[in-house]
Amino acid sequence: MDVLNALITFLNFVAVPGLAYGSQLALGALGVTLIYGILRFSNFAHGDTMAFGTAITILLTWWFQSHGISFGVLPTALLALPFAIAATAGVVLLTDRVVYRFYRRQKAAPSILVIVSLGVMFVMNGIVRLVIGVDEQNFADGGRFLISAGDFKAATSLAEGLAIKSTQAITVITAVVVVALLFWFLQKTRTGKSMRAFSDNEDLALLSGINPDRVVQVTWIIAAALATIAGVLYGLDKSFRPFTYYQLLLPIFAAAIVGGLGNPLGAIAGGFVIAFSEVMVTYAWKKVATYVLPESLAPDSLLQLLSTDYKLAVSFVILIIVLLFAPTGIFKGKSI
Amino acid sequence: MKKLLTASAITALMAGVASAEEVKLGVLIGFTGPIESLTPAMNAAAEMAAKEVSDSGKLLGGATVVTLKGDTTCAIDTAAATAAAEKLITTDKVNGIIGGDCSGVTGAILQNVARPNGMVMVSPSATSPALSTAEDDGLFFRTAPSDAREGEVMADILTEKGIKSIALTYTNNDYGKGLAESIAKSFEAKGGKVTINVPHDDGKADYSAEVAALASAGGDILVVAGYLDQGGKGIIQASLDSGAFSTFGLPGGMIGDSLPTAIGPGLDGSFGQIAGSDSVGAKTFEEMMKAISMDGTSAYSPESYDAAALILLAMQAAKSSDPKVYKEKIMEIANGPGEKIYPGELAKGLELLAAGTAIDYEGATAVTLVGPGESAGRYREIVVKDGKNETVGFR
Repeated sequence: MDVLNALITFLNFVAVPGLAYGSQLALGALGVTLIYGILRFSNFAHGDTMAFGTAITILLTWWFQSHGISFGVLPTALLALPFAIAATAGVVLLTDRVVYRFYRRQKAAPSILVIVSLGVMFVMNGIVRLVIGVDEQNFADGGRFLISAGDFKAATSLAEGLAIKSTQAITVITAVVVVALLFWFLQKTRTGKSMRAFSDNEDLALLSGINPDRVVQVTWIIAAALATIAGVLYGLDKSFRPFTYYQLLLPIFAAAIVGGLGNPLGAIAGGFVIAFSEVMVTYAWKKVATYVLPESLAPDSLLQLLSTDYKLAVSFVILIIVLLFAPTGIFKGKSI
Repeated sequence: MKKLLTASAITALMAGVASAEEVKLGVLIGFTGPIESLTPAMNAAAEMAAKEVSDSGKLLGGATVVTLKGDTTCAIDTAAATAAAEKLITTDKVNGIIGGDCSGVTGAILQNVARPNGMVMVSPSATSPALSTAEDDGLFFRTAPSDAREGEVMADILTEKGIKSIALTYTNNDYGKGLAESIAKSFEAKGGKVTINVPHDDGKADYSAEVAALASAGGDILVVAGYLDQGGKGIIQASLDSGAFSTFGLPGGMIGDSLPTAIGPGLDGSFGQIAGSDSVGAKTFEEMMKAISMDGTSAYSPESYDAAALILLAMQAAKSSDPKVYKEKIMEIANGPGEKIYPGELAKGLELLAAGTAIDYEGATAVTLVGPGESAGRYREIVVKDGKNETVGFR
């Protein structure tokens, strides 16, 4: 019974939140890695693209709600998502046309493009704040829990409860579907193959008649879709605030680099590595240990490796370790 | 030579004005900065008390009272605050200071300017426990209670409810840390157990990691010494979501209508306290403020009125506007015994003092100064019931 309680505690406070957070990071990192693989620069504006897509989703959600449109037990935001993706893709394509194309034609070095994306980031940052403000917004509606802690305790008569929020379930399911679609697209379709060819060797791809403008456009559209989905899932599960999305840039980049920049599989693995490290390093293991260990060995201290204040620092440390010992990441991406 | 003559003539004239007893009060609060939304009402309340005394014509045989403003900015860098205090004391030659406001600048002004110049300061809003033990040469008083007092009140409520252990989290700043320390200290002194005492940062999207650590430590309830529109709300939401805690202790920063509305039925049964008075004076004060189109319920405005009134009444009792003399009288005026004086009755208080009768200034906040001259404070005990904060008593 105690082992079961320990397991439930672990699931409730580590596994479930880690899985949801990891999926959100993985989706974000996929967008970053795609841009890096095909357009060959680190897109610092990705976090604020996420914020922009989410802000549009929130506004549409409110509009739907004011017209009495809802999605049953699912959040209305999912209904607004396709429209928000279209709007975000439009904005991103416009940015490409107005800003990035100029530097691409000049064959600017990647480091210049990084700084350009930094500028785009600040502009996006401002637009989002102007559109929706700096405050926190909660826009999750529909059913709140798949399993609530109280119900779980009543059903199993265990001392510990397990809560699975519906937003956590939606996050994981959506992430699986999106990743499957993306891989199918990259592996099986003509456009996907041309994108991979462009990523592997730009000159050869151009020689074999691939239209570079089209590849660039499709890449931006996919990146915008991934950013919006990741942003909306994060916002549904936690809450939306422009500043936290800007801060998400660090764990997302850490995930992409740990997995191997430019490698989609690596981005997913990296997302989960970062998420679970953050959660597990800052978790206080006292309760789990008390259940598992015999009474004489029960710990007095919290068994917490790092205070939760240092959560963000965990991504930094992992990033540094990876860059020192395996600069190309777990899945052999491009070295930076 | 001519200039020197003119200058000395002007000085002589100015001195002449001063000898006709014009009492100057400095209102030294953060007119700009993080609490700038509160200071207009605080200033209006202090000016109202000064005007009331001035108009009565009974202070020190007909002295008039003027107020002068100084801006503390409430900043971490206290240079602007000390400069403003310096100007009030050395250039404007005020007879007493109402202020400072935020705890940090108040401490700096006290040590760097007020003590060297022997100036009396009555702060309406500095609540840091650290000021209780600061060296003050008997010059520093406050009409707002120390956060340490709230800790004692909270510990009392917890023990009465039969709670044996608490998990404690606080917003990561001086206010949160001081309050959490005083709650922990008072609760442990009463035999309670604090399983964990950790900070949380405001403005994050996700508090599940913080809550996981709190849940692991365990405890009968979770006390959240934070802000209701900030991390405090996030902590409570995440605790309810994960089933970590079901009852919460809510100190002053967490009491407000927006919290039960945001959280919903999950908050029912949680309890806490906020500074607040049921005194007769509070009502009168609110009406007086309404008459000049200000909000008398705005935080620390009654305390500001009381601060100004205390200084002026103490001058009358000491028959002197010299801070070094009247500082001795402040505790006496505030704590009585004697006839009780409420807002709007300052003229009566002055008259009684002139006649040599003792008074007990109650004011808008039922002023009672304890320890090193700080308000004992009244607290409104709150229980959340059916999605509303209900007042169940005062202590």
